[in-house]
Amino acid sequence: MSIPLSKKVVAIKPSGIRKFFDIVVEMNDPEVISLGVGEPDFDTPWNIREEGIYSLEKGQTFYTSNSGLKELREEISAYLNRKCNVTYDPVNEILVTVGGSEAIDVGLRAMINPGDEVLIPQPSFVAYEPCVTMADGVPVIMNLKAENEFKLTKEELRGAITPKTKILILPFPNNPTGSTMDKKDLADIARVCLEHDIYVMSDEIYSELTYGSDHVSIASLPGMEERTILINGFSKGFAMTGWRLGYACGPAPLIEQMIKIHQFAIMSAPTTSQYAAVEALRNGDKYVQEMRESYNQRRKFVVNAFRKMGLDCFEPFGAFYAFPCIKSLNMTSDEFANELLKHEKVAVVPGTAFGDCGEGFLRISYAYSLEELKEATDRIARFVAYIKNNPK
Amino acid sequence: MKEKILSVIEKNSKISIEDLATVLGEKPEDVAKAIYEMERDKVICGYHTLINWNKTANEKVTALIEVKVTPQRGLGFDKIAERIYNFNEVSAVYLMSGGFDFTVIIEGKTLQEVAGFVSSKLSPLEAVISTATHFVLKKYKDHGTILVSETRGERMLITP
Repeated sequence: MSIPLSKKVVAIKPSGIRKFFDIVVEMNDPEVISLGVGEPDFDTPWNIREEGIYSLEKGQTFYTSNSGLKELREEISAYLNRKCNVTYDPVNEILVTVGGSEAIDVGLRAMINPGDEVLIPQPSFVAYEPCVTMADGVPVIMNLKAENEFKLTKEELRGAITPKTKILILPFPNNPTGSTMDKKDLADIARVCLEHDIYVMSDEIYSELTYGSDHVSIASLPGMEERTILINGFSKGFAMTGWRLGYACGPAPLIEQMIKIHQFAIMSAPTTSQYAAVEALRNGDKYVQEMRESYNQRRKFVVNAFRKMGLDCFEPFGAFYAFPCIKSLNMTSDEFANELLKHEKVAVVPGTAFGDCGEGFLRISYAYSLEELKEATDRIARFVAYIKNNPK
Repeated sequence: MKEKILSVIEKNSKISIEDLATVLGEKPEDVAKAIYEMERDKVICGYHTLINWNKTANEKVTALIEVKVTPQRGLGFDKIAERIYNFNEVSAVYLMSGGFDFTVIIEGKTLQEVAGFVSSKLSPLEAVISTATHFVLKKYKDHGTILVSETRGERMLITP
Protein backbone atom coordinates (compact mmCIF):
# COMPACT_ATOMS: atom_id res chain seq x y z
CA MET A 1 0.00 0.00 0.00
CA SER A 2 1.32 3.40 -0.79
CA ILE A 3 0.63 6.24 1.57
CA PRO A 4 -1.65 8.73 -0.10
CA LEU A 5 0.17 12.01 -0.49
CA SER A 6 -0.75 15.20 -2.24
CA LYS A 7 1.66 15.94 -5.08
CA LYS A 8 1.25 19.62 -4.40
CA VAL A 9 2.40 19.24 -0.80
CA VAL A 10 5.19 16.80 -1.59
CA ALA A 11 6.58 19.29 -4.11
CA ILE A 12 6.94 21.99 -1.47
CA LYS A 13 10.51 22.15 -0.28
CA PRO A 14 11.01 22.05 3.48
CA SER A 15 11.95 25.29 5.18
CA GLY A 16 15.67 26.10 5.14
CA ILE A 17 15.35 26.99 8.79
CA ARG A 18 14.28 23.48 9.61
CA LYS A 19 17.46 22.06 8.08
CA PHE A 20 19.64 24.28 10.20
CA PHE A 21 17.54 23.66 13.27
CA ASP A 22 18.18 19.92 12.89
CA ILE A 23 21.94 20.49 12.68
CA VAL A 24 21.93 22.56 15.86
CA VAL A 25 19.71 20.16 17.75
CA GLU A 26 21.83 17.22 16.68
CA MET A 27 24.94 18.88 18.13
CA ASN A 28 23.15 18.89 21.47
CA ASP A 29 25.87 21.03 22.98
CA PRO A 30 24.96 23.17 25.98
CA GLU A 31 27.68 25.64 25.05
CA VAL A 32 25.92 26.62 21.86
CA ILE A 33 24.59 30.15 21.96
CA SER A 34 21.83 30.73 19.48
CA LEU A 35 21.02 34.03 17.81
CA GLY A 36 18.55 32.19 15.66
CA VAL A 37 15.30 32.68 17.46
CA GLY A 38 12.48 34.61 15.85
CA GLU A 39 10.56 35.34 19.01
CA PRO A 40 10.87 37.69 21.98
CA ASP A 41 12.97 36.62 24.96
CA PHE A 42 10.58 38.40 27.32
CA ASP A 43 7.87 36.51 29.12
CA THR A 44 4.37 37.70 28.35
CA PRO A 45 3.72 40.62 30.76
CA TRP A 46 2.19 39.28 33.96
CA ASN A 47 -1.04 41.28 33.79
CA ILE A 48 -1.78 39.60 30.45
CA ARG A 49 -0.91 36.11 31.73
CA GLU A 50 -2.92 36.75 34.87
CA GLU A 51 -5.99 37.66 32.82
CA GLY A 52 -5.64 34.38 30.91
CA ILE A 53 -5.43 32.46 34.19
CA TYR A 54 -8.45 34.33 35.56
CA SER A 55 -10.49 33.44 32.48
CA LEU A 56 -9.70 29.77 33.13
CA GLU A 57 -10.68 30.11 36.79
CA LYS A 58 -13.99 31.59 35.73
CA GLY A 59 -14.54 28.61 33.45
CA GLN A 60 -14.34 30.54 30.19
CA THR A 61 -13.35 27.39 28.38
CA PHE A 62 -15.82 27.33 25.49
CA TYR A 63 -15.58 28.17 21.80
CA THR A 64 -15.90 31.82 20.97
CA SER A 65 -17.77 33.02 17.88
CA ASN A 66 -15.91 32.09 14.70
CA SER A 67 -14.59 35.56 14.11
CA GLY A 68 -13.43 35.92 17.73
CA LEU A 69 -14.69 37.45 20.97
CA LYS A 70 -16.70 40.57 20.26
CA GLU A 71 -14.85 42.34 23.08
CA LEU A 72 -11.51 41.52 21.49
CA ARG A 73 -12.58 42.61 18.02
CA GLU A 74 -13.72 45.92 19.48
CA GLU A 75 -10.37 46.37 21.20
CA ILE A 76 -8.50 45.49 18.00
CA SER A 77 -10.56 48.03 16.10
CA ALA A 78 -9.81 50.73 18.66
CA TYR A 79 -6.13 49.80 18.83
CA LEU A 80 -5.64 49.95 15.05
CA ASN A 81 -7.47 53.23 14.91
CA ARG A 82 -5.24 54.65 17.61
CA LYS A 83 -1.96 53.25 16.28
CA CYS A 84 -2.38 53.15 12.51
CA ASN A 85 -5.22 55.56 11.80
CA VAL A 86 -7.32 52.92 10.06
CA THR A 87 -10.98 52.12 10.67
CA TYR A 88 -12.32 48.58 10.79
CA ASP A 89 -15.80 47.60 11.84
CA PRO A 90 -15.49 45.01 14.64
CA VAL A 91 -18.71 43.41 13.44
CA ASN A 92 -17.66 42.26 9.99
CA GLU A 93 -14.19 43.52 9.09
CA ILE A 94 -12.02 41.73 11.67
CA LEU A 95 -11.21 38.02 12.00
CA VAL A 96 -9.28 36.73 15.01
CA THR A 97 -6.95 33.92 13.92
CA VAL A 98 -4.49 31.40 15.30
CA GLY A 99 -1.44 33.60 14.96
CA GLY A 100 -0.63 35.87 12.04
CA SER A 101 0.34 32.69 10.19
CA GLU A 102 -3.24 31.47 9.93
CA ALA A 103 -4.34 34.88 8.73
CA ILE A 104 -1.77 34.72 5.91
CA ASP A 105 -2.89 31.24 4.88
CA VAL A 106 -6.62 31.88 5.09
CA GLY A 107 -6.32 35.28 3.43
CA LEU A 108 -4.46 33.85 0.44
CA ARG A 109 -6.85 30.91 0.13
CA ALA A 110 -9.82 33.26 0.17
CA MET A 111 -8.44 35.44 -2.64
CA ILE A 112 -6.48 33.26 -5.03
CA ASN A 113 -7.84 31.52 -8.12
CA PRO A 114 -5.59 28.97 -9.85
CA GLY A 115 -2.88 30.71 -11.80
CA ASP A 116 -3.17 34.09 -10.05
CA GLU A 117 0.22 35.62 -9.47
CA VAL A 118 1.23 36.76 -6.02
CA LEU A 119 4.21 39.06 -5.64
CA ILE A 120 6.50 38.19 -2.74
CA PRO A 121 9.45 40.38 -1.83
CA GLN A 122 12.38 38.39 -0.48
CA PRO A 123 14.23 38.00 1.85
CA SER A 124 11.08 37.48 3.88
CA PHE A 125 9.23 35.17 6.23
CA VAL A 126 9.34 31.56 5.12
CA ALA A 127 5.59 30.92 4.92
CA TYR A 128 4.46 33.22 2.11
CA GLU A 129 5.72 31.19 -0.83
CA PRO A 130 4.40 27.76 0.29
CA CYS A 131 1.07 29.29 1.34
CA VAL A 132 0.63 30.80 -2.12
CA THR A 133 1.52 27.49 -3.73
CA MET A 134 -0.91 25.56 -1.53
CA ALA A 135 -3.63 28.00 -2.51
CA ASP A 136 -2.91 27.24 -6.21
CA GLY A 137 -1.41 30.66 -6.78
CA VAL A 138 1.85 31.36 -8.56
CA PRO A 139 4.48 32.95 -6.32
CA VAL A 140 6.49 35.62 -8.11
CA ILE A 141 9.61 36.52 -6.17
CA MET A 142 10.99 40.05 -6.11
CA ASN A 143 14.59 40.11 -4.91
CA LEU A 144 15.14 43.10 -2.66
CA LYS A 145 18.51 44.77 -2.59
CA ALA A 146 20.92 45.64 0.16
CA GLU A 147 21.64 49.02 -1.47
CA ASN A 148 17.97 49.92 -0.95
CA GLU A 149 18.19 48.71 2.63
CA PHE A 150 15.88 45.88 1.57
CA LYS A 151 12.91 48.17 1.01
CA LEU A 152 10.60 47.40 -1.90
CA THR A 153 10.93 50.08 -4.59
CA LYS A 154 8.24 51.07 -7.06
CA GLU A 155 10.57 50.07 -9.93
CA GLU A 156 10.99 46.57 -8.52
CA LEU A 157 7.25 46.30 -8.10
CA ARG A 158 6.49 47.57 -11.61
CA GLY A 159 9.05 45.17 -13.06
CA ALA A 160 7.28 42.16 -11.55
CA ILE A 161 3.72 43.01 -12.52
CA THR A 162 2.02 41.01 -15.29
CA PRO A 163 -1.62 40.87 -16.38
CA LYS A 164 -1.99 37.93 -14.01
CA THR A 165 -0.74 39.77 -10.94
CA LYS A 166 -3.41 39.83 -8.26
CA ILE A 167 -1.81 40.30 -4.83
CA LEU A 168 1.27 41.94 -3.38
CA ILE A 169 2.53 40.65 -0.04
CA LEU A 170 4.09 43.50 1.88
CA PRO A 171 6.05 42.29 4.92
CA PHE A 172 7.32 45.35 6.80
CA PRO A 173 8.86 45.76 9.37
CA ASN A 174 10.66 42.83 7.86
CA ASN A 175 11.82 39.49 9.12
CA PRO A 176 14.74 38.74 8.46
CA THR A 177 16.23 42.09 7.40
CA GLY A 178 14.78 44.45 10.00
CA SER A 179 13.96 46.82 7.15
CA THR A 180 11.02 49.23 7.47
CA MET A 181 9.03 51.25 4.94
CA ASP A 182 8.10 54.82 5.85
CA LYS A 183 5.08 56.74 4.62
CA LYS A 184 6.82 58.01 1.50
CA ASP A 185 8.11 54.56 0.56
CA LEU A 186 4.60 53.18 1.00
CA ALA A 187 2.99 55.99 -0.99
CA ASP A 188 5.12 54.97 -4.01
CA ILE A 189 3.97 51.37 -3.65
CA ALA A 190 0.35 52.39 -3.11
CA ARG A 191 0.35 54.43 -6.32
CA VAL A 192 1.51 51.44 -8.37
CA CYS A 193 -1.05 49.18 -6.69
CA LEU A 194 -3.84 51.61 -7.53
CA GLU A 195 -2.61 51.98 -11.13
CA HIS A 196 -2.52 48.24 -11.70
CA ASP A 197 -5.47 47.26 -9.53
CA ILE A 198 -3.37 45.10 -7.20
CA TYR A 199 -4.55 43.95 -3.82
CA VAL A 200 -2.14 44.15 -0.86
CA MET A 201 -1.62 41.67 1.95
CA SER A 202 0.23 43.75 4.52
CA ASP A 203 1.87 41.62 7.20
CA GLU A 204 2.47 44.05 10.04
CA ILE A 205 3.22 41.57 12.82
CA TYR A 206 6.27 43.62 13.87
CA SER A 207 4.42 46.96 13.83
CA GLU A 208 5.05 47.62 17.52
CA LEU A 209 8.78 47.17 17.08
CA THR A 210 10.10 50.15 15.17
CA TYR A 211 12.96 52.31 16.38
CA GLY A 212 13.12 55.27 14.03
CA SER A 213 9.65 56.61 13.45
CA ASP A 214 6.31 55.03 14.28
CA HIS A 215 5.03 52.28 12.03
CA VAL A 216 2.81 53.34 9.14
CA SER A 217 0.28 50.95 7.64
CA ILE A 218 -0.24 51.05 3.89
CA ALA A 219 -3.95 50.67 4.65
CA SER A 220 -3.95 54.20 6.08
CA LEU A 221 -3.01 55.74 2.71
CA PRO A 222 -5.77 57.18 0.48
CA GLY A 223 -7.65 54.54 -1.46
CA MET A 224 -5.77 51.66 0.14
CA GLU A 225 -7.95 50.46 2.99
CA GLU A 226 -10.42 48.90 0.56
CA ARG A 227 -7.66 47.05 -1.27
CA THR A 228 -5.60 45.88 1.69
CA ILE A 229 -5.84 42.98 4.04
CA LEU A 230 -4.00 43.99 7.17
CA ILE A 231 -2.46 41.19 9.20
CA ASN A 232 -1.16 41.61 12.70
CA GLY A 233 -1.09 39.74 15.99
CA PHE A 234 0.12 39.55 19.54
CA SER A 235 3.22 37.38 19.15
CA LYS A 236 5.98 39.90 18.66
CA GLY A 237 4.94 43.22 20.19
CA PHE A 238 3.26 41.72 23.24
CA ALA A 239 5.65 38.75 23.58
CA MET A 240 2.83 36.23 23.18
CA THR A 241 4.14 33.77 20.60
CA GLY A 242 2.95 30.65 22.39
CA TRP A 243 -0.59 31.98 22.78
CA ARG A 244 -1.02 31.70 19.01
CA LEU A 245 -3.18 34.72 18.39
CA GLY A 246 -3.36 37.05 15.42
CA TYR A 247 -5.93 38.79 13.29
CA ALA A 248 -6.82 39.90 9.79
CA CYS A 249 -8.69 43.08 8.94
CA GLY A 250 -10.14 43.95 5.57
CA PRO A 251 -13.27 44.69 3.58
CA ALA A 252 -16.32 42.77 4.80
CA PRO A 253 -16.81 40.65 1.63
CA LEU A 254 -13.28 39.28 1.97
CA ILE A 255 -13.48 38.70 5.72
CA GLU A 256 -16.79 36.89 5.16
CA GLN A 257 -15.08 34.36 2.89
CA MET A 258 -12.11 34.04 5.23
CA ILE A 259 -14.43 33.25 8.12
CA LYS A 260 -15.77 30.33 6.11
CA ILE A 261 -12.34 28.74 5.77
CA HIS A 262 -11.48 29.58 9.37
CA GLN A 263 -14.69 28.10 10.76
CA PHE A 264 -14.28 24.83 8.88
CA ALA A 265 -10.56 24.44 9.52
CA ILE A 266 -10.09 25.95 12.96
CA MET A 267 -13.49 26.82 14.43
CA SER A 268 -12.23 29.65 16.60
CA ALA A 269 -8.97 30.93 18.05
CA PRO A 270 -8.06 29.76 21.59
CA THR A 271 -10.46 31.30 24.11
CA THR A 272 -7.92 31.77 26.92
CA SER A 273 -5.62 33.62 24.54
CA GLN A 274 -8.43 35.89 23.42
CA TYR A 275 -9.24 36.97 26.97
CA ALA A 276 -5.56 37.59 27.63
CA ALA A 277 -5.32 39.61 24.42
CA VAL A 278 -8.14 41.92 25.53
CA GLU A 279 -5.99 42.81 28.53
CA ALA A 280 -2.94 43.21 26.28
CA LEU A 281 -4.72 45.84 24.20
CA ARG A 282 -6.30 47.61 27.16
CA ASN A 283 -3.31 47.75 29.49
CA GLY A 284 -0.27 46.60 27.56
CA ASP A 285 1.21 49.79 26.12
CA LYS A 286 3.56 50.44 29.01
CA TYR A 287 5.10 46.98 28.81
CA VAL A 288 5.41 47.09 25.03
CA GLN A 289 7.20 50.41 25.41
CA GLU A 290 9.65 48.90 27.91
CA MET A 291 10.40 45.95 25.67
CA ARG A 292 10.82 48.21 22.65
CA GLU A 293 13.35 50.33 24.54
CA SER A 294 15.24 47.22 25.51
CA TYR A 295 15.31 45.90 21.93
CA ASN A 296 16.48 49.28 20.75
CA GLN A 297 19.49 49.17 23.07
CA ARG A 298 20.40 45.67 21.93
CA ARG A 299 19.91 46.68 18.30
CA LYS A 300 22.48 49.42 18.63
CA PHE A 301 24.87 47.06 20.36
CA VAL A 302 24.59 44.36 17.70
CA VAL A 303 24.88 46.65 14.68
CA ASN A 304 27.91 48.28 16.26
CA ALA A 305 29.47 44.89 16.99
CA PHE A 306 29.20 43.76 13.36
CA ARG A 307 30.53 47.03 12.03
CA LYS A 308 33.49 46.71 14.39
CA MET A 309 34.17 43.32 12.84
CA GLY A 310 34.46 45.09 9.50
CA LEU A 311 31.23 43.64 8.10
CA ASP A 312 28.63 45.75 6.31
CA CYS A 313 25.47 46.01 8.33
CA PHE A 314 22.80 48.53 7.36
CA GLU A 315 20.92 49.99 10.25
CA PRO A 316 17.65 48.09 10.69
CA PHE A 317 14.82 50.17 12.12
CA GLY A 318 12.29 47.41 12.77
CA ALA A 319 11.60 43.95 14.20
CA PHE A 320 14.47 42.42 16.20
CA TYR A 321 16.89 41.37 13.51
CA ALA A 322 20.11 42.64 12.03
CA PHE A 323 21.15 41.41 8.59
CA PRO A 324 24.91 41.74 8.26
CA CYS A 325 26.66 41.01 4.97
CA ILE A 326 29.48 38.44 4.86
CA LYS A 327 30.28 38.65 1.15
CA SER A 328 33.70 40.13 1.91
CA LEU A 329 34.69 36.82 3.51
CA ASN A 330 34.22 34.78 0.33
CA MET A 331 31.90 32.30 1.96
CA THR A 332 28.30 31.39 1.34
CA SER A 333 25.79 32.04 4.10
CA ASP A 334 25.42 28.31 4.64
CA GLU A 335 29.17 27.79 4.93
CA PHE A 336 29.51 30.66 7.33
CA ALA A 337 26.67 29.48 9.55
CA ASN A 338 27.93 25.88 9.60
CA GLU A 339 31.57 26.82 10.22
CA LEU A 340 30.62 29.34 12.88
CA LEU A 341 28.59 26.72 14.67
CA LYS A 342 31.46 24.25 14.49
CA HIS A 343 34.26 26.62 15.50
CA GLU A 344 32.60 28.98 17.96
CA LYS A 345 29.30 27.31 18.81
CA VAL A 346 27.12 30.20 17.80
CA ALA A 347 23.98 29.46 15.82
CA VAL A 348 22.79 32.08 13.33
CA VAL A 349 20.39 31.59 10.45
CA PRO A 350 21.81 31.83 6.91
CA GLY A 351 20.10 34.57 4.88
CA THR A 352 19.25 32.01 2.21
CA ALA A 353 16.63 30.48 4.52
CA PHE A 354 14.52 33.53 3.61
CA GLY A 355 15.02 33.43 -0.15
CA ASP A 356 17.87 33.00 -2.62
CA CYS A 357 18.69 36.70 -2.53
CA GLY A 358 19.57 36.29 1.15
CA GLU A 359 22.83 34.74 -0.05
CA GLY A 360 25.78 36.53 1.51
CA PHE A 361 23.80 37.61 4.57
CA LEU A 362 23.00 36.31 8.03
CA ARG A 363 19.92 36.84 10.12
CA ILE A 364 20.98 37.85 13.59
CA SER A 365 18.19 37.94 16.14
CA TYR A 366 18.82 40.35 18.99
CA ALA A 367 15.95 39.07 21.12
CA TYR A 368 18.55 38.08 23.72
CA SER A 369 19.97 39.63 26.86
CA LEU A 370 22.88 42.01 26.45
CA GLU A 371 25.16 39.52 28.20
CA GLU A 372 24.26 36.80 25.71
CA LEU A 373 24.69 39.17 22.79
CA LYS A 374 28.09 40.24 24.09
CA GLU A 375 29.32 36.68 24.40
CA ALA A 376 27.91 35.70 21.01
CA THR A 377 29.29 38.71 19.13
CA ASP A 378 32.70 38.21 20.79
CA ARG A 379 32.73 34.68 19.46
CA ILE A 380 31.60 35.77 16.00
CA ALA A 381 34.30 38.46 15.95
CA ARG A 382 36.91 35.82 16.78
CA PHE A 383 35.60 33.64 13.96
CA VAL A 384 35.57 36.51 11.44
CA ALA A 385 39.14 37.41 12.38
CA TYR A 386 40.13 33.78 11.93
CA ILE A 387 38.53 33.61 8.46
CA LYS A 388 40.22 36.85 7.44
CA ASN A 389 43.60 35.49 8.49
CA ASN A 390 43.03 32.12 6.88
CA PRO A 391 41.31 32.86 3.58
CA LYS A 392 40.30 29.92 1.48
CA MET B 1 20.49 61.31 28.01
CA LYS B 2 20.84 61.27 31.81
CA GLU B 3 17.44 59.65 32.35
CA LYS B 4 18.29 57.01 29.75
CA ILE B 5 21.60 56.27 31.45
CA LEU B 6 19.82 55.91 34.78
CA SER B 7 17.20 53.56 33.39
CA VAL B 8 19.95 51.24 32.15
CA ILE B 9 22.29 51.34 35.15
CA GLU B 10 19.45 51.09 37.63
CA LYS B 11 19.16 47.47 36.53
CA ASN B 12 22.77 46.85 35.54
CA SER B 13 25.35 49.05 37.22
CA LYS B 14 28.14 46.76 36.06
CA ILE B 15 27.78 47.73 32.41
CA SER B 16 30.93 49.35 31.02
CA ILE B 17 30.91 52.98 29.88
CA GLU B 18 31.66 51.81 26.35
CA ASP B 19 28.75 49.35 26.19
CA LEU B 20 26.48 51.88 27.82
CA ALA B 21 27.41 54.42 25.17
CA THR B 22 26.81 51.86 22.42
CA VAL B 23 23.35 50.81 23.56
CA LEU B 24 22.29 54.43 23.96
CA GLY B 25 23.89 55.55 20.72
CA GLU B 26 26.01 58.17 22.50
CA LYS B 27 29.72 58.93 22.71
CA PRO B 28 31.57 57.22 25.59
CA GLU B 29 33.08 60.53 26.75
CA ASP B 30 29.64 62.14 26.93
CA VAL B 31 28.28 59.23 28.93
CA ALA B 32 31.25 59.31 31.31
CA LYS B 33 30.76 63.04 31.82
CA ALA B 34 27.04 62.64 32.49
CA ILE B 35 27.72 59.91 35.04
CA TYR B 36 30.38 62.01 36.71
CA GLU B 37 27.93 64.89 37.00
CA MET B 38 25.19 62.71 38.39
CA GLU B 39 27.55 61.24 40.96
CA ARG B 40 28.69 64.72 41.94
CA ASP B 41 25.10 65.96 42.27
CA LYS B 42 24.09 62.84 44.22
CA VAL B 43 21.57 61.81 41.60
CA ILE B 44 23.53 58.59 41.63
CA CYS B 45 24.01 57.90 45.34
CA GLY B 46 25.93 54.65 45.17
CA TYR B 47 26.32 51.30 43.49
CA HIS B 48 24.98 48.37 45.45
CA THR B 49 24.95 44.66 44.87
CA LEU B 50 21.76 42.71 45.31
CA ILE B 51 22.70 39.65 47.35
CA ASN B 52 20.57 36.73 48.30
CA TRP B 53 22.21 36.10 51.68
CA ASN B 54 20.09 33.02 52.20
CA LYS B 55 22.22 31.24 49.66
CA THR B 56 25.39 31.94 51.60
CA ALA B 57 26.69 30.57 54.89
CA ASN B 58 26.39 34.08 56.19
CA GLU B 59 22.68 34.47 56.96
CA LYS B 60 21.12 37.76 57.86
CA VAL B 61 17.99 38.83 59.61
CA THR B 62 15.91 41.66 58.25
CA ALA B 63 13.29 43.43 60.33
CA LEU B 64 10.78 46.05 59.40
CA ILE B 65 9.86 48.26 62.35
CA GLU B 66 6.84 50.50 62.51
CA VAL B 67 7.71 53.47 64.67
CA LYS B 68 5.31 56.02 66.14
CA VAL B 69 6.87 59.25 67.35
CA THR B 70 5.97 62.68 68.69
CA PRO B 71 7.20 65.25 66.21
CA GLN B 72 9.38 67.92 67.78
CA ARG B 73 8.25 71.48 67.73
CA GLY B 74 9.87 73.47 64.95
CA LEU B 75 11.81 70.49 63.70
CA GLY B 76 9.05 68.12 62.62
CA PHE B 77 9.98 64.58 61.81
CA ASP B 78 13.34 65.23 60.18
CA LYS B 79 15.31 65.65 63.38
CA ILE B 80 13.95 62.42 64.82
CA ALA B 81 14.62 60.60 61.56
CA GLU B 82 18.20 61.80 61.77
CA ARG B 83 18.57 60.33 65.25
CA ILE B 84 17.40 57.02 63.86
CA TYR B 85 19.14 56.80 60.50
CA ASN B 86 22.53 57.59 61.92
CA PHE B 87 22.66 54.20 63.61
CA ASN B 88 24.79 51.85 61.50
CA GLU B 89 22.33 49.01 62.02
CA VAL B 90 19.61 50.92 60.20
CA SER B 91 19.56 50.29 56.47
CA ALA B 92 16.50 52.36 55.55
CA VAL B 93 14.17 54.92 57.09
CA TYR B 94 10.99 56.13 55.41
CA LEU B 95 8.45 58.69 56.65
CA MET B 96 5.02 57.17 56.15
CA SER B 97 1.45 58.28 55.76
CA GLY B 98 -1.17 56.33 57.73
CA GLY B 99 -1.16 54.58 61.08
CA PHE B 100 2.46 55.08 62.04
CA ASP B 101 5.23 57.53 61.25
CA PHE B 102 8.44 55.79 60.24
CA THR B 103 9.31 52.52 58.62
CA VAL B 104 12.75 51.54 59.85
CA ILE B 105 14.49 48.63 58.19
CA ILE B 106 17.19 46.92 60.20
CA GLU B 107 19.60 44.24 59.15
CA GLY B 108 21.35 42.19 61.78
CA LYS B 109 23.16 38.91 62.19
CA THR B 110 20.65 37.38 64.60
CA LEU B 111 17.18 37.92 65.95
CA GLN B 112 18.71 38.86 69.31
CA GLU B 113 20.89 41.49 67.77
CA VAL B 114 17.90 43.18 66.14
CA ALA B 115 15.76 42.85 69.26
CA GLY B 116 18.59 44.28 71.33
CA PHE B 117 18.89 47.26 69.05
CA VAL B 118 15.18 48.00 69.27
CA SER B 119 15.02 47.73 73.04
CA SER B 120 18.26 49.46 73.87
CA LYS B 121 18.58 52.09 71.14
CA LEU B 122 15.37 52.76 69.28
CA SER B 123 12.62 52.54 71.91
CA PRO B 124 14.40 54.65 74.53
CA LEU B 125 14.59 57.66 72.18
CA GLU B 126 12.61 60.42 73.79
CA ALA B 127 10.38 61.09 70.78
CA VAL B 128 9.52 57.44 70.17
CA ILE B 129 6.07 56.51 71.44
CA SER B 130 5.91 52.91 70.28
CA THR B 131 7.50 50.35 67.99
CA ALA B 132 6.20 47.21 66.31
CA THR B 133 8.89 44.90 64.95
CA HIS B 134 8.19 42.56 62.04
CA PHE B 135 10.83 40.04 61.05
CA VAL B 136 11.15 39.09 57.40
CA LEU B 137 10.68 35.33 57.00
CA LYS B 138 11.42 34.99 53.31
CA LYS B 139 12.37 37.36 50.52
CA TYR B 140 10.63 36.53 47.27
CA LYS B 141 11.50 39.60 45.31
CA ASP B 142 13.83 42.46 46.11
CA HIS B 143 14.56 45.62 44.12
CA GLY B 144 12.55 44.29 41.18
CA THR B 145 14.43 41.02 41.06
CA ILE B 146 12.77 37.70 41.81
CA LEU B 147 14.98 35.84 44.29
CA VAL B 148 13.22 32.50 44.48
CA SER B 149 14.32 30.18 41.72
CA GLU B 150 11.73 29.53 39.08
CA THR B 151 11.72 27.15 36.17
CA ARG B 152 11.31 29.19 33.04
CA GLY B 153 10.11 28.09 29.63
CA GLU B 154 12.87 27.57 27.12
CA ARG B 155 12.78 28.87 23.58
CA MET B 156 13.69 26.54 20.77
CA LEU B 157 17.18 27.19 19.41
CA ILE B 158 16.12 28.20 15.92
CA THR B 159 12.70 29.47 14.85
CA PRO B 160 11.52 31.37 11.78
